[in-house]
Amino acid sequence: MSGFRFVTGPVAPEDYQAHLTDLSCGGFVSFEGWVRDHNEGREVLRLEYEAYESLGIKEGERIIAEARERFAIEHASCVHAVGQLELGQRAVWVGVSSHHRDAAFQACRYIIDEVKQRVPIWKKEHYRDGDSGWVNCEACASAGKHTPPSRVAGAG
Amino acid sequence: MKTIRIEYFAVLREHTGRGNESFSTGAQNVDELFAELNERYSFPAVGQLKVAVNDEFGDWQTRLTDGDSVVFIPPVAGG
Repeated sequence: MSGFRFVTGPVAPEDYQAHLTDLSCGGFVSFEGWVRDHNEGREVLRLEYEAYESLGIKEGERIIAEARERFAIEHASCVHAVGQLELGQRAVWVGVSSHHRDAAFQACRYIIDEVKQRVPIWKKEHYRDGDSGWVNCEACASAGKHTPPSRVAGAG
Repeated sequence: MKTIRIEYFAVLREHTGRGNESFSTGAQNVDELFAELNERYSFPAVGQLKVAVNDEFGDWQTRLTDGDSVVFIPPVAGG
């Protein structure tokens, strides 16, 4: 069983890994993204994730389908957290099972890289100094600027 | 005039102070709609925005019809 989903709060892989079990599979690879205590030189206390879930699930499912087409895998799942997470908690989990290990390693890497670039999820960092900011948001590092955002054609 | 449902996420949600709104507009496409909203909200420079219309990625020239839903997507940061 394959798929992409969101959960509120930290991801618990044991809830999902069993679905990837298959007696024809000799390899299983997983990736976990954890909440880290620093980013770009600042001390991070906790994170907040927000997602545009209806589009996010569609895009996540597309990424899983692409991985299944490109690599000789049997099953793949990705689960991403939304809401508040504390240091050390799992923000994202990817699991892939396949007959042979090479395909599982490659597919797992493909899925996490594409999810980070394409799925509409945003991360707000709360810092030790009391400040907070949305990651990858230009203006969030310099509040008060009011020049309009630049526009690009949509992906997909 | 048409009514467009707009949903805001992350930095745009915080900036507008709302998660969504119904917006009456004469805008023919997404680009014109964005210009009208920007007049009202003076959006911050978040970086390159993408856009979704009716829960699928669109582009700035996507034509709007009454009842469409639109989301402006700031740079993402999953993982």
